[in-house]
Amino acid sequence: MPAAPKSFQSLILTLHNYWSEKGCVILQPHDVEVGAGTLHPATVLRALGPKPWNAAYVQPSRRPGDGRYGENPNRLQHYYQYQVILKPNPADMQDLYLGSLEAIGLDLRTHDIRFVEDDWENPTVGAWGLGWEVWCDGMEVSQYTYFQQVGGLDVSPVAGELTYGLERLAMYVFGVDNVYDLPFNDPDSPLGALTYGDVFLANERQQSEANFHGYDVAVLKQQFEQMEQQVPLMLARSYKNETLVLPAYDMVLKASHLFNLMNARGAIAVAERASYIGRIRDLCKMCAQKWVELQEAA
Amino acid sequence: MPQLLLELFSEEIPARMQGQAAKDLERLAREHLAAAGFLPEALKTFAGPRRLTLVAEGLPLAQADRKEELKGPRVGAPQQAMDGFLRKAGLTQDQLVEQNGVWMAFVEKKGRPTAEIVAEMVEAIVRGFPWPKSMTWGTGKLRWVRPLKRILCVLDREVVPFAIDGIQSGDVSEGHRFMGEAKPFVAKDFDEYAAGLEAHFVVLDVEERKARILEGCKTLCFARHLELVEDIGLLEEVAGLAEWPTPVLGDMDPSFLDLPPEVIRTSMRTHQKYFAVRKPGEAGLAPHFITVANIEAKDGGKVIAAGNAKVLSSRLSDARFFWDEDVKTGFEPWLAKLDGVTFHAKLGTMAQRVERIVALAGEIAPLVGADVDKAKEAARLAKADLTSQMVGEFPELQGIMGGYYARHFGLDPEIAAAIQDHYKPQGPSDAVPTAPLSVAVALADKLDTLVGFFAIDEKPTGSKDPFALRRAALGVIRIILESGHAFALSDLLRGQAALLLRAEMQEVFNSVRAGVVNAQLAARVSDAEVQLALTDEALHAFAILDVAATVPDSAPEAILVAAERIAGAFVDQRSGVEWRNAYLPAMDHLLAFFADRLKVTLKDQGKRHDLVDAVFALGDDDLVRIVARVEALDGFLKTDDGKTLLAGYKRAANILKAEEKKGALPEGEPEEPAADSAAEVGLYQALRLLKAPLAEALAKEDFTGAMAQLAALREPVDAYLDGVFVNDPEHRDNRLKTLAAVRSAMGQVADFGLVAG
Repeated sequence: MPAAPKSFQSLILTLHNYWSEKGCVILQPHDVEVGAGTLHPATVLRALGPKPWNAAYVQPSRRPGDGRYGENPNRLQHYYQYQVILKPNPADMQDLYLGSLEAIGLDLRTHDIRFVEDDWENPTVGAWGLGWEVWCDGMEVSQYTYFQQVGGLDVSPVAGELTYGLERLAMYVFGVDNVYDLPFNDPDSPLGALTYGDVFLANERQQSEANFHGYDVAVLKQQFEQMEQQVPLMLARSYKNETLVLPAYDMVLKASHLFNLMNARGAIAVAERASYIGRIRDLCKMCAQKWVELQEAA
Repeated sequence: MPQLLLELFSEEIPARMQGQAAKDLERLAREHLAAAGFLPEALKTFAGPRRLTLVAEGLPLAQADRKEELKGPRVGAPQQAMDGFLRKAGLTQDQLVEQNGVWMAFVEKKGRPTAEIVAEMVEAIVRGFPWPKSMTWGTGKLRWVRPLKRILCVLDREVVPFAIDGIQSGDVSEGHRFMGEAKPFVAKDFDEYAAGLEAHFVVLDVEERKARILEGCKTLCFARHLELVEDIGLLEEVAGLAEWPTPVLGDMDPSFLDLPPEVIRTSMRTHQKYFAVRKPGEAGLAPHFITVANIEAKDGGKVIAAGNAKVLSSRLSDARFFWDEDVKTGFEPWLAKLDGVTFHAKLGTMAQRVERIVALAGEIAPLVGADVDKAKEAARLAKADLTSQMVGEFPELQGIMGGYYARHFGLDPEIAAAIQDHYKPQGPSDAVPTAPLSVAVALADKLDTLVGFFAIDEKPTGSKDPFALRRAALGVIRIILESGHAFALSDLLRGQAALLLRAEMQEVFNSVRAGVVNAQLAARVSDAEVQLALTDEALHAFAILDVAATVPDSAPEAILVAAERIAGAFVDQRSGVEWRNAYLPAMDHLLAFFADRLKVTLKDQGKRHDLVDAVFALGDDDLVRIVARVEALDGFLKTDDGKTLLAGYKRAANILKAEEKKGALPEGEPEEPAADSAAEVGLYQALRLLKAPLAEALAKEDFTGAMAQLAALREPVDAYLDGVFVNDPEHRDNRLKTLAAVRSAMGQVADFGLVAG
């Protein structure tokens, strides 16, 4: 077995190697802001339709409301999720998952790993599934879900999804109490060791201020509505008989992020929240529907 | 006799579903076996994190052979009927015999092998299992709570062969995920199975897992001179999370002990599923915790303890952050936020509810010996913590946090206690508040809840009680009975209902006024038409003309004045109608609901069902008085006087009932009978002498005394019924009046007609 990772980046590389060896395609992050790795089209869209799909990737997650100006040791408005999707889920998916924990250096005869009921749902994309939070010594290190519905449509065959909270996992594996103290590269690097803070602290500070005070609410609202209007127009277009689902879905993601920004600015009243979420879900459902039609036609 | 062993092995089953799953498996198996004619000598099921197991002892290897008689068509019936019968029965005509003019078939039915029946049973159970939530996985269509991996099914040491959605039955199980090397093992009967599980680090029986956890916790505690804070619900849950439960004691940073112990315990319990510990004999917590791991770790649990300690630290840091933020905020800003918290769509905001509770607490305070101003202040503050950060994170700490914060801010300790205790009792085993101020606020809180939900017709039905109204009513009953304060419930209920109606009418007033103003401004109706339209429906239509229901600033004074007048008149009229048609009946229902709950309470205390009914029939609404009556009646009926008088009462009542059927009974007081009829004179005198002392005893609410007075009727009533012919045409009227007087005298104490015997 290769040596256990010593840094944030080698943790990622270890997971990449592990899932690559298991046969997954290793993707890069999607280049639109998303609130969770699940929203990458490689999960939300690829989970639908009959074709097998096995992929792993890192996805930055943006949670504007969670910004703490770099002052909270555990909370970030921009962090990384490691995402694995296996469709159809293999029979030994739990064992594959546990193998990945061993690969990153967790001895399963020393640590207490438990699968604790947690039914996942994401109302903005009309998705839900059954599964667990995976606990390691009392800490949630992953979310493990068998998707049952996405975009309001049944997922068949069923896709299994794994989400690792990378920073939290790394803090646990490396015994670090403050996320900004995580070794980003090898602590013995000849080119100089960098911490997570060296790389991201400035980003957390600036983005926090922008999220809470910087963005112009009227502009966000206008952009949200423009995106919302564009989605059906884009879905009405096609190229060589293929509906433009992927560009339309990007617009849904943008609308979703704009909603999160408005929310962080405190611009969404409690009563309005549900209606915004419903609007995004409707857009997402339109895309999911078209995607499935394309998959089934192909 | 052969044994059946079944194991359904899956990925991790949610802890909360395991207990019911074991029961469902047992029930379904018994039903299926019974339908096949089997009655196992013993049948037991088990549920754990990864498996449901069933063992049934004493099954035969096949069903008994059966003879069946099939009745065919009558001799001479059309050929079609015969053909249809033969087709259905799978017979040919030469197998039939004629008997009494009917074609009969005597068929020997071979009993089927049990294995076949078991295979069908397992498939039916698996496909129809009542999981609260189930899923599909991979490419299959089968539903189970999580992916089903293996089915072990052996009957009399032989595999029962079948496959369900590609899962082939066998005689193989597997042990603990990490400790048992995950190697499968063969089990051909329950003994081998149990031994295999034990060898592979699985405790099959949840009761054994629980015992193991408790024992482990106690051993850890003993070594450190600590005491476990027992928590049955948590024990139940963690026993469903580990196949080889292994308690591990970890340390908590003692500096967190300045947080309220409830916060620490709740954080440990809800987020981490840890047990709390304390120093023996001390109230607070000790700076340690016990987690129940699923593994005996190679290092004895050091890494597990340290890891969990770290997680707990970050959880408690969050809690401390909430505490610090909360004490920077304080009650008034929280109260201001209650305006934005909806209590129920039809019952307004939490702020409105607080206003009502304040008013009611003020009414109740003098009745229970509490200071009115303090009761109102405590009620005003009681719900404030709902918008604090700590309660946002841990809703179950509502009230408790309010109490802590009140003390932190140096509020009157009685007020702090009332805030803390006003949700009590939260269940039959929870203590009731006893301090007068706490009693006032706790009652006000519950009565407002009950009045509100009854007013909007959200009564509990059957097993559905989403607003926990039964618990609230039971809480009211327990508080009142245990504090012994007597007061008329219905006045309080009606007063509270009136507050609700007033709030509802204020909204109606506003919308009618806005509707009228806007309609007039838009010249859609003239003033005269508005005046004419002072009917319910028409005005209601005005009210909804403008959804926004705001009055424009530009409206001329004259229109505003007119609109106020119209809206006022409308609301006056509507209030009366609503009160009569909705609120009063709702409060009667609520009172009846209290009566039912009180009956349940009294019956639980062993009071006779019929005595409770006999007292309730009087229509009293003072719970303390009702209970005193039931107790006095119970005591009285245990005496000879009581038993005999009851029998006399029944005889008298039966005569009256029979005579009533013939026509209305004569009304009025009986006249003095002729002096020569000793029995008549005796009863007449006894009734006359009884009147004043009975009235006096009842006025003093001395029900035992009142019963003792009634005892004086025993002999005269007996003598009267034995010696006097009631239906004597000459004296019938007066004699019926005398019996009616007995009935009504006794009826002041209870409706003896409802007493059994």
